[in-house]
Amino acid sequence: MKEDHQIWLELYRMMVKIRRFETLTGELFAAGKIPGFIHLSIGQEASSVGVCSTLRPEDYITTTHRGHGHVIAKGGDVKRMFAELMGRSTGYCKGKGGSMHIADFSLGILGANGVVAGGFPIIVGAGLSIKLRGTDQVAVCFFGDGASNRGPFHEALNMASIWKLPILFVCENNQFASTTSFHYSTSVKSVAQRSIAYGIPGRSVDGNDILEVREAALEAVERARKGEGPTLIENRTYRLRGHFEGDPQRYRTKEEVENFLEKDPIKRFQEFLKNEKILNEEMDRQIWQAIDSELTDAIRFAEKSPYPQPMEALRDLYAEDVDPLFQRSLA
Amino acid sequence: MVHSIDPTLHLKMYEQMITIRSFEERAIELFEHNLIRGNIHPCIGQEAVSVGVCSPLRREDYMVNTHRGHGNCIAKGADLKRMMAELLGKSTGYCKGKGGSMHIADFEGGNLGANGIVGAGLPIAVGAGISIQIRGTDQVVACFFGDGAVNQGTFHESLNMAAIWKLPVIFVCENNQYALSTPIREAISVSRISDRALAYGIPGMTIDGNDVIEVYKQMKEAVERARTGKGPTLLDCVTYRFFGHFTGDPGRGITYRSREEMEEWMGRCPIKRFREYLFREKILTEETEKGILAKVKTSIEEAVQFAMESPFPLPEEATQDLFY
Amino acid sequence: MNLRELTNTEAMAEALREEMIRDPSVFIIGEDLVAHGGIFGQFIGLPQAFPGRVIDTPISETAIVGAGLGAALTGMRPFVDLHFADFTTCAMDEIVNQVAKIRYMFGGQAKIPLVIWAPDGAGLSAAAHHSQSLEAWFIHTPGLKVVSPCFPYDVKGLIKASIRSDDPIIFFMHKKIFSSKGPVPAEEYLIPLGKAEIKRKGKDVTLIAYSIMVLHALEAAKELEKEGIDVEVLDLRTLWPMDWESIAESVTKTHRVLIAHEACVTCGFGAEISARIQEELFDELDAPILRVGAYRVPIPFSPPLERFVIPGKESLIKSIYKILGKEMN
Repeated sequence: MKEDHQIWLELYRMMVKIRRFETLTGELFAAGKIPGFIHLSIGQEASSVGVCSTLRPEDYITTTHRGHGHVIAKGGDVKRMFAELMGRSTGYCKGKGGSMHIADFSLGILGANGVVAGGFPIIVGAGLSIKLRGTDQVAVCFFGDGASNRGPFHEALNMASIWKLPILFVCENNQFASTTSFHYSTSVKSVAQRSIAYGIPGRSVDGNDILEVREAALEAVERARKGEGPTLIENRTYRLRGHFEGDPQRYRTKEEVENFLEKDPIKRFQEFLKNEKILNEEMDRQIWQAIDSELTDAIRFAEKSPYPQPMEALRDLYAEDVDPLFQRSLA
Repeated sequence: MVHSIDPTLHLKMYEQMITIRSFEERAIELFEHNLIRGNIHPCIGQEAVSVGVCSPLRREDYMVNTHRGHGNCIAKGADLKRMMAELLGKSTGYCKGKGGSMHIADFEGGNLGANGIVGAGLPIAVGAGISIQIRGTDQVVACFFGDGAVNQGTFHESLNMAAIWKLPVIFVCENNQYALSTPIREAISVSRISDRALAYGIPGMTIDGNDVIEVYKQMKEAVERARTGKGPTLLDCVTYRFFGHFTGDPGRGITYRSREEMEEWMGRCPIKRFREYLFREKILTEETEKGILAKVKTSIEEAVQFAMESPFPLPEEATQDLFY
Repeated sequence: MNLRELTNTEAMAEALREEMIRDPSVFIIGEDLVAHGGIFGQFIGLPQAFPGRVIDTPISETAIVGAGLGAALTGMRPFVDLHFADFTTCAMDEIVNQVAKIRYMFGGQAKIPLVIWAPDGAGLSAAAHHSQSLEAWFIHTPGLKVVSPCFPYDVKGLIKASIRSDDPIIFFMHKKIFSSKGPVPAEEYLIPLGKAEIKRKGKDVTLIAYSIMVLHALEAAKELEKEGIDVEVLDLRTLWPMDWESIAESVTKTHRVLIAHEACVTCGFGAEISARIQEELFDELDAPILRVGAYRVPIPFSPPLERFVIPGKESLIKSIYKILGKEMN
């Protein structure tokens, strides 16, 4: 098998893993096993995988509230992810973060963020740190179309451009900022067009075409590693689920969503691989099965894990130990 | 084109530019004599922007101002007496001594206030634009900001919003090329601030901000677009502050600007250029100029005298005006 | 000990210089640092001594603070200069939602060795946007540590300790004390975070203060000494973590408390200190705790208005007479 083919199969496997993780997460949430809110990235897998497949473990990413896919694609451990989603002590953040705040600093995942555009300034700092330390790491900032109208987008892209920081600004334009359509909220037709304002390359690609995403990311990563500065990439995609699980989705029609089901990135890549004779029915079945069994184990791990002790809520605030009791009144 | 501005307006603009220059020079003097406390940010050298931008405006149009805002206040029609009184912290000042140089507002004259926070005026201009649109008037908003403000998040959020709603706002960058000590060429990665208009799909142009006629013409067009519902414009007026960032800047900014550069720009003095033009076009004669200078001198001196004679506010007044 | 007289500005510059030599991961980021040496000249010489490690930024407070955070998360020790404490408002999301929460929210995975240096305070006719004292907001925000010293000795030791700390620190310094002088040892030393210090021993009343109010407190104490009133001045130096032990010890000795800060009294840090004293040491108190602070108005420009709004020595003396139940002469 050609090397390319192996990579392609790996990309496919990773997309399926995210899809299944998200689908199972939706089910667990519906069954009342996950507290709070969750934001699923179903339909956007090509963006997560296409970009992260070009990164090394020591490269950085910042992700968003819709970040499970990025964490998995960057190598996140699904056991600790499910455990975090369920608020267990074995979770990535010992149950303190939940779905919207998963981080794994050992994998360069500088965290998901509950604030739209929260990752921009942080990625500038990571990029600056890389430059000051003189390594050839790169840093990727995933953000949604909603974030592109916020001030941090502007400040960060400008700073990254004047200092030529090794950053990929990756917009996952899924057409909706919560309920507000991209066309209403944005004064230009594409987020990539805004790269002009910072004198950096901007590319708008079909974000549901994994190979196109990967190709754009490869080019930008190479540019960044060579010290040529940041790139703005816009992956045009569509979220097939609501903004959050339980979203009544009054802002779009069923037809619109169904129309996009046709452009499902996994389905498209699956067909491509089958046409190219890289994937057959049997292999495909095995891939989905293996992933399901891994995820089922992970869910079991999470469900068996204990909740954190209530007193744990007072820990981890500072690196230098402060008496946990000191955080509240001494009374 | 030039003759589309009538001579009376020409002379009025010239008088305003001289007024601004004299006001600033006098304010610096008063500061040096410790009669003005705090600090002031003189706009000497930038008079063509203030006057060129404000001349096409009507009294009921709005203006949002910056820390370097005396010139814009004057050009928008503020009363010199009340301005000077505010600089001296007197109770007869525009803000009864509460604001000072950096916070002069004249709501009756459409002046929504100067601001001590870089980039803070832009969202306020958007709000005024929405209000105009909702009330259905044909007012416009002139939003002044410096080149330092173009890297603030508020710039981005405001231009996008003004663009999607086609608000009647003219975003006027007084590009004096330095954000305090940081040169604009180091602070942005595009060659012209007006290039950023492309990121919002609005018209943007970079113009010679020391040519008052050019500023006036471009502003007039932008105002026309705004009044007729065609949305915002970004005007990048390239100019230079002869003085430093503020009255405390060593050597008028010599720590971060070369003497050659400063001298070169002083050679492009907007007042001198306009004066030469007016003489060449025979709009201004020695005689009329004498009259203008005398008139300006009187009005500035009257303002200083008024401010000096005015009482300080009573200390207890500090607790008033917080809530309606 | 080899003592020299340094200004607060010099003490801070010396601390930065020493730390930058000691640890290559320390760098300074903010506006107007290189050519200008900082808007108060506080960094003069450092850009030349440490090329590439003093970084000028565009005016983008959100990105400045956020970049400090990102660099802190990835192996650096940034020192962020915000020009004025008032400009923290332009970076509030970064400070409150990101810097303060990231460690905790991610279950203790991250270290955030970040110092945000923010000159605060009134008294310079700088008007409402350049005169505020906002420390209470940040003390109120879990995850931040807050420092606000007064003397060059403390400034130097606390700047060094803050840079070495793995937690985010908001370091306030009153603009009016930049040029005030004091003895500073030439030898290396650190002042631990969270430790108050008695600047004047006394037995009649405890005056808890920080930042510029310590200077006013010492002047007030000197005047009251002539009237036979013995005031103990406790300089908190670090506001959070609060040095409760030192407070309790002094209150147990004097049984009378005055708390002073330049920020307005309402919901100021004095309210927290006062509440805690009455919760813990109610039986020790011989008089109600009083607080001195500014009126709850934005800082006005005109000198008579500004003087009226911010507290000084006189308000401290008046309050101490009141606490002691004595008439003022």
